[in-house]
Amino acid sequence: NLALALAANDSSKAIGLLDVDVYGPSVPKMMNLKGNPELSQSNLMRPLLNYGIACMSMGFLVEETAPVIWRGLMVMSAIEKLLRQVDWGQLDYLVVDMPPGTGDVQLSVSQNIPISGAVIVSTPQDVALMDAHKGAEMFRKVHVPVLGLVQNMSVFQCPKCKHKTHIFGADGARKLARALGLDVLGDVPLHLNIREASDTGQPIVFSQPESDEAKAYLRIAVEVVRRLPPHPE
Amino acid sequence: MEEVPHDCPGADSAQAGRGASCQGCPNQRLCASGAGATPDPAIEEIKEKMKTVKHKILVLSGKGGVGKSTFSAHLAHGLAEDENTQVHQSGSGWSPVYVEDNLGVMSVGFLLSSPDDAVIWRGPKKNGMIKQFLRDVDWGEVDYLIVDTPPGTSDEHLSVVQYLTAAHIDGAVIITTPQ
Repeated sequence: NLALALAANDSSKAIGLLDVDVYGPSVPKMMNLKGNPELSQSNLMRPLLNYGIACMSMGFLVEETAPVIWRGLMVMSAIEKLLRQVDWGQLDYLVVDMPPGTGDVQLSVSQNIPISGAVIVSTPQDVALMDAHKGAEMFRKVHVPVLGLVQNMSVFQCPKCKHKTHIFGADGARKLARALGLDVLGDVPLHLNIREASDTGQPIVFSQPESDEAKAYLRIAVEVVRRLPPHPE
Repeated sequence: MEEVPHDCPGADSAQAGRGASCQGCPNQRLCASGAGATPDPAIEEIKEKMKTVKHKILVLSGKGGVGKSTFSAHLAHGLAEDENTQVHQSGSGWSPVYVEDNLGVMSVGFLLSSPDDAVIWRGPKKNGMIKQFLRDVDWGEVDYLIVDTPPGTSDEHLSVVQYLTAAHIDGAVIITTPQ
């Protein structure tokens, strides 16, 4: 949704989406893409395109149900391939979807490419925030600027009676952001439409751009761009 | 805690003991001699240690954020409510932290100097930690050992299964949301 929002906010920009969650790649399903990447003349993998976004994922390189049971070293070389052997062409923004944790993948990505900034997504729940805190700490250690936090699944509104419930707690991410001196880039509600849209391969920013939920992502994309360091020409 | 270099290629890799990052590692000569290719003696040691643990159950998911740890904690508490289950402490090795009389917990979280510290480790270092949790913790007489795993299908999962090969895992419970 962030990738689509960046594209929607400025149609002159070229956007790529790289899914480096090698164990649980979700981008193929969510972007309704399937198949093995073709190779270019120079033997680079061509990203698969949908909704105007160039996508690459481990999910295109393995069978949908095949587990990737790899130790760290093999993961590192797969990440290397996904980063360096893809024919991205000229992109304005490359959104990199990371797996959970602070391990091999995070280290490989941050050590191999110059990252403009990191967005940390968390639910407001204590145990999730503790992990988000660790993520922020890790990025600090590897000198990657943290652009801010996104408070995901912030609130649930009953479709019948409209009563709002903060299932994962209220505003935990804001408290963490304050403690870490970070900004909250925005809140995304826990909404059936968001999940359903992604499960059917039509993320909500594409399929229901006028909805409140899509607007939450569009606003966050604006905040992300505002905080990016100027591109060295 | 055993120290492993950041870029350790792994004791069983072809590069064991020969890589640039192997210089200065206390295990370098051992690895270079090909000792890594032989079965890890820890597996037998863990088998012995695990003789007092009746049932070992892994909790997995694949995806993150689906509720594995919540489930593991509740399962452990639920099993502990059966008063016939017992845990003893015999005083050698690391002691689990007892949250109930008969419910002991071990976690890397207890070993950090601050709960906010990030554990930014590559695979080989994580494997060393898991080996120590299995071999060096004095679990004593335990009816059920619940093993909470991280998301994914990687080092941690392979290591747990590998180190418990001789000790026998009863089974795995897989948690998911309906999404």
